[in-house]
Amino acid sequence: MPAQEKDLAADVALAARKWQKKRGALIMVLHEIQGRLGYVPREIALELSKQMNVPLARIYEVLTFYNFFELEPPAKYVISGCMGTACYLKGTPQILQEFGRLLGIEVGQTTPDGKFSLTTVRCVGCCGQAPVILVNGEVKSKVSPKDVPHILAECTD
Amino acid sequence: MAGTAIRTIRAKLNGIEVEVPEGTTILAAAEQVHLKIPTLCKHPDLPPTAACGICIVRVKGTSQMPRACCTPLEEGMEIVTHDPEIVEIRRKVLELILSKHPNECLTCGRNGTCELQRLASDFSIREQSLPYIVPDLPVDQSTRTIVLEPRKCIACGRCLTVCQDLQNVWALSFLERGIDTRMAPAGDILLADSPCISCGQCSAHCPTGAIFEYDETEKAWELLRDPDLHCVVQIAPAVRVAIGEAFGYPPGTNLTGKLYAALRYMGFDTVFDTNFGADVTIMEEGTEFVKRFQENQGELPLITSCCPAWVDFMEKYHSDMIEHFSSCKSPHEIVGVLTKTYYCEKRGLDPSKVRVVSIMPCTAKKYEIQRSDDMFASGHQDVDLSLTTRELARMIKQAGIDFASLPEGDADPMLGLYTGAGTIFGTSGGVLEAAFRTAHKLLTGEEFDAIEFHPARGLHGVKEARISVLGKEVRVAVAHGMGHVEEVLDRVRAAKESGDEPAYHMIEVMACPGGCIGGGGQPYGITDSVRKQRAAGLYRDDREREFRRSHENPYVQTLYASYLGKPLSERAHRLLHNSYKPRPTYRR
Repeated sequence: MPAQEKDLAADVALAARKWQKKRGALIMVLHEIQGRLGYVPREIALELSKQMNVPLARIYEVLTFYNFFELEPPAKYVISGCMGTACYLKGTPQILQEFGRLLGIEVGQTTPDGKFSLTTVRCVGCCGQAPVILVNGEVKSKVSPKDVPHILAECTD
Repeated sequence: MAGTAIRTIRAKLNGIEVEVPEGTTILAAAEQVHLKIPTLCKHPDLPPTAACGICIVRVKGTSQMPRACCTPLEEGMEIVTHDPEIVEIRRKVLELILSKHPNECLTCGRNGTCELQRLASDFSIREQSLPYIVPDLPVDQSTRTIVLEPRKCIACGRCLTVCQDLQNVWALSFLERGIDTRMAPAGDILLADSPCISCGQCSAHCPTGAIFEYDETEKAWELLRDPDLHCVVQIAPAVRVAIGEAFGYPPGTNLTGKLYAALRYMGFDTVFDTNFGADVTIMEEGTEFVKRFQENQGELPLITSCCPAWVDFMEKYHSDMIEHFSSCKSPHEIVGVLTKTYYCEKRGLDPSKVRVVSIMPCTAKKYEIQRSDDMFASGHQDVDLSLTTRELARMIKQAGIDFASLPEGDADPMLGLYTGAGTIFGTSGGVLEAAFRTAHKLLTGEEFDAIEFHPARGLHGVKEARISVLGKEVRVAVAHGMGHVEEVLDRVRAAKESGDEPAYHMIEVMACPGGCIGGGGQPYGITDSVRKQRAAGLYRDDREREFRRSHENPYVQTLYASYLGKPLSERAHRLLHNSYKPRPTYRR
């Protein structure tokens, strides 16, 4: 376990204690962990299983049932296309296709260097700006496929 | 409180009046009036998961089509269980399930015993009406006991309910959701890296070929075909009263003699009986108990260790109980090690040319034969191969033996003659009862006159009893089904922590509900009714034996007089006992 994650074992304990008395505590603790790490590593799930006395099988049932949870580290840049009705009609699929073409990946995948991943979200609540793309949560409005190279170029270290 | 008596519900099913206690499901009510609503995900052992939808019925006068497995009958309801529309809907549901299921019946481990195949046959499915969307998922044979083929899973949820609720093992789970739902070990690891204890109850409850035993029949044939080998076979107690089900006999029919004969037809040179090993186990474990009880040598309660799934569960989840475990090996390991030492010595055989095959009701025995160095006490692997009852049934059919007309044969008595105490090892409570029959003699010098010990019998999850021996109270408990063991162990721990008298003096645990008769390697179709019939078969065998107490077995007496000395002797310890160690619950 990397040092950073070792520290997190203590945080897991804290989160587990905080929610222990509440019904459905597990999902809240998983939210806290993902909030900090961007995903739920196996080591943390094992630790959580011990501390909360919840079988690992149940933890993974929850982790895989809700597609909000990630089991792999997120890419440096997470690009999400909004698939809400307005954005969808205004061309999100074509925009995602262009991202996919340039990055050589499909929706749901991450580039081998871990820099980009391509996902979809449901309505982000700014239908007036449709179609909308999120880059690490930041909204890009009224995007068209020809904007894609420029958006990617902005993603620099 | 007055008036809490359960209300009686009056309703009609297909016009037939029915009266049932409130809370009875439509499915159960239908059974009472001889109506058979088709089911797939529902298993009599388990609460309904309502996953498949095959059992839909119509509530007359409404548009409702509830699932009979999980819907309680209500006062005045008029239920229609079959009409053309219902049958058509059921067929559509079946077609949907089949569209996700590989069409590989001929090469499937469940060919001929599959519940989905049977429904497809009943509903005259003649073509694949919907496009296939079979997921591409790998086969998992990592345990070498249980095989997972998640492609063939129909997501009925039986195995999960068994693994999580009945057995409290939590090796299996559903991952993902909706159409992507799949059965997998906790978080997509190999089954061998999961908490799986190989009890095989998942395989005994799976309706399809998604979970089944690791087939080693070909290995057995290879041993039998090798002219240089002397092949020895032994059959476990529970096998004899269940294997008949694969040949059309009712559950509980004792086919010991036919099995001996069939095994010789198949080419085994020597036929032994695990029941003999059970008698030896009792000599050792009974003596161990007396030492702990009377001479304070060792921890109380003494906990039985014949069940390898239970041993694995204990090592993974309750390793604080190691000191309580009997160090005695399981009966088939005892027959194995004695075959390659005592028997080879007396017969002048070279143990390196001898192979021992065990026929077991159990999938975990496949794991047990290599679980530690202690399983090589003879200098060779003591038991070379462990087959389930289901595998043996197939081998008998392959061998072209007409089982029904086969005359009865005999075992080789040296490690084959057994007592009634040995045979009841195969059912929950039997080990404790057998141990008590001998321990009573060891403690008091007198025989336990009643012989039978009824509080240990039956299907109740935890059975407890107190018996007075020489003015001292002996407290015993029997648990079967891993889900029942925790409450017993918690009482042991609580008494230990508070410094009280031990909660019990002896505890028998078997991993499978009903004990080995309900084992994970037994013929399919397990229900409580089948468990009771198989157990009754063993109790009948016990009553019909010339000897009913292990210490009365003349061949056991010879074994001790001419080879082992006495129970717990140095040689007995070296060959018949083993040790335990904590194991990680998750290997990754």
